[in-house]
Amino acid sequence: MAIAIEAQGLSKRYRIGEYHGGYDTLRESLTRAAKRVGRREHHSEVHELWALDDVSFAAEEGEALGVIGRNGAGKSTLLKVLTRITSPTKGQAEIRGRVGSLLEVGTGFHPELTGRENVYLNGSILGMRQREITRKLPEIVEFAGIEAFMDTPVKRYSSGMYVRLAFSVAAHFEPEIMLVDEVLAVGDAEFQKRCMGRMEDLGQSGRTVVFVSHNMQAISQLCDRALHLEGGRLVNEGPADDVVARYLQTVGATGSERFWEDPATAPGTSVKLRSARVVNADGSPVAAVDVRETVGIEVGFTVLDRLAEPITPKIKLVDGRGDVVFNAIDTSARWRDPAEPGEYTSTAWIPGNLLNEGFVLVEVGVVSHAVTRHTHYAGFREAVSFHVQDPGEGDSARGLYTGQWKGVVRPLLEWTTEER
Amino acid sequence: MTETELKARPSAPEREAASSQPADKVERVTVIRPALRRPHLDIPELWHYRELLGRFVWRDITVRYKQTFLGVAWALLVPIFAAAVYTVVFGKFANFPAGDVPYPALVLSGVLVMQYFTSSLTGASVSLVTNMPLVTKVYFPRVLLPLASAIVPVVDFLLGLLVLVPLMLYYDTGPNGIEVVLAPVFLALAFLTALGVGLLLSTLNVRYRDVPHMLPAFLPILPLLSGVPYAIQEIPEKWQWILAFNPMTAVIAGWRWSMLGGVPPDWGQTLVGATIGVLLFVGGLTLFRTSEPRFADTI
Repeated sequence: MAIAIEAQGLSKRYRIGEYHGGYDTLRESLTRAAKRVGRREHHSEVHELWALDDVSFAAEEGEALGVIGRNGAGKSTLLKVLTRITSPTKGQAEIRGRVGSLLEVGTGFHPELTGRENVYLNGSILGMRQREITRKLPEIVEFAGIEAFMDTPVKRYSSGMYVRLAFSVAAHFEPEIMLVDEVLAVGDAEFQKRCMGRMEDLGQSGRTVVFVSHNMQAISQLCDRALHLEGGRLVNEGPADDVVARYLQTVGATGSERFWEDPATAPGTSVKLRSARVVNADGSPVAAVDVRETVGIEVGFTVLDRLAEPITPKIKLVDGRGDVVFNAIDTSARWRDPAEPGEYTSTAWIPGNLLNEGFVLVEVGVVSHAVTRHTHYAGFREAVSFHVQDPGEGDSARGLYTGQWKGVVRPLLEWTTEER
Repeated sequence: MTETELKARPSAPEREAASSQPADKVERVTVIRPALRRPHLDIPELWHYRELLGRFVWRDITVRYKQTFLGVAWALLVPIFAAAVYTVVFGKFANFPAGDVPYPALVLSGVLVMQYFTSSLTGASVSLVTNMPLVTKVYFPRVLLPLASAIVPVVDFLLGLLVLVPLMLYYDTGPNGIEVVLAPVFLALAFLTALGVGLLLSTLNVRYRDVPHMLPAFLPILPLLSGVPYAIQEIPEKWQWILAFNPMTAVIAGWRWSMLGGVPPDWGQTLVGATIGVLLFVGGLTLFRTSEPRFADTI
């Protein structure tokens, strides 16, 4: 099999702090330069970040390669380098064939131009030749289903028509290599479904596909092999199922229970963590919870010394995409005064119908109860994890709908309606 | 930034069967490498993207007069209006020296070139930022954007000739002879200078959004410094030499001589202006090409 993509030691460095999030005025730059000269401190404000660090891999022609990892692991940077939007700092990659990406849907559409004119413009931007576009135009128009509006400026289109036309152009561009970033794929569920469908078609038609996603199921289903990136480095590579399984293990920590048996190595100094558990209403540990049911996060900790300030247990929930679901501390009167030395076990009860479906990572800790700042007396990231499941019986917040339900939380709200 | 080679694709029989379309039989092998530190002009790559350049030019021309009542007529009205104002204010009231060329023809010929320069420079300077979604999402040689912006106003210029030529006939003035073939050469210098400064400013504009504020302060006085309302040969010689550092002075003097006849420009001054124009172009292109790989990160 021929190699479609071969990357050797790809690295990308970003300087943080230097650019103040993008652009600045000439005056600011000059002032900063003057300050630097004055203090003789070069690069004082510059931090380096290796978004990609020595990543090497190869993708065979016709292979579907998944890329997984947490937010900020370098997945999107990898795609940006492969699409040549940004150039690597070190390393090189060889790509055989035209590269297309589903990030580009509708890129370069001009509102004043007609549908037909935009097909030509967008097609050229994607890399199609004029005669290729002319040849495919009837198919593109038919797929989009907007024949009657092809000579209307797209600014008069409904957003649905706009997306249909844009997607139709992208779908008829037939690159040898397709790069797809699920995170950046915009649009409604219907549109995302189409993207997924398109992915499957591409895979079956013998094209090389690189697919970045947080959806582990989709990766296992659509991809032959997968790369796992962590902090810009390639930490695992192999058959998609294996890589996904290993990834879920590392992210999933030890599961729904964790104990620190030896106080000497337990997190914390004057307050030591003893245990963290995910429990159901009966107090028994669970790895998977019904979305409708209450789940408790139990934090066991020992206060060794008398403390100068009040403390409180704290939990922080992060979902499978790396987004913070919430932080919570116990604000009850019990923790108003500094805690006496002793062993404590606190449980935070999360009501049913609050969390969304999927994977949840829990950070536990003990923090000060101060007004302006939280001192962390003890803390452990990714202490425990659990899955939230919806049996789909129609009485959860999703009702009878079976598709993807977006959001960090999924509360079952009380609605009122007035009819006149 | 990257190198592109074109290689014939080995036409294996099974590939033929697999592809549904009679695909173009040239496969691109792209090598992605860290950006080069030295300036480089990847001509084969630019040639590969020539259709996209044409598409950008076509887009900007199509969009330019959409949803306007007078449409393309603006391309004629604007220079006529500007030339009329110059003729009345500078020609009649201030009695600016015109040499042996009828004043309205002198002014209009200058105004047309100046307007080309101004729109080309302005367009090129903001081209990267106005096309930000493209720059951050799709790869193509970024130089296509300012290049297209420098080509687009050529259409307005050509339309403007539809006013200039009748005016020349009316005043019975015209080229002395064969030097008319040099007219495009002087226009090319205007193109090169506008593109060079445009490349420079568009690069700066990616980081510093001061450029769109700076241009309106500077561009309105440029016609006065380039000899639009007067013939450069008619002013004191020491001032001529100062103005010679402005490439547009050489452009306008040379263009007028080749189109309207009259005295030839001072060749020494023309050489100075042309050299500066070329240097601006080389400098602008160098800065642009070396900054290009970081545009998507900083814009």
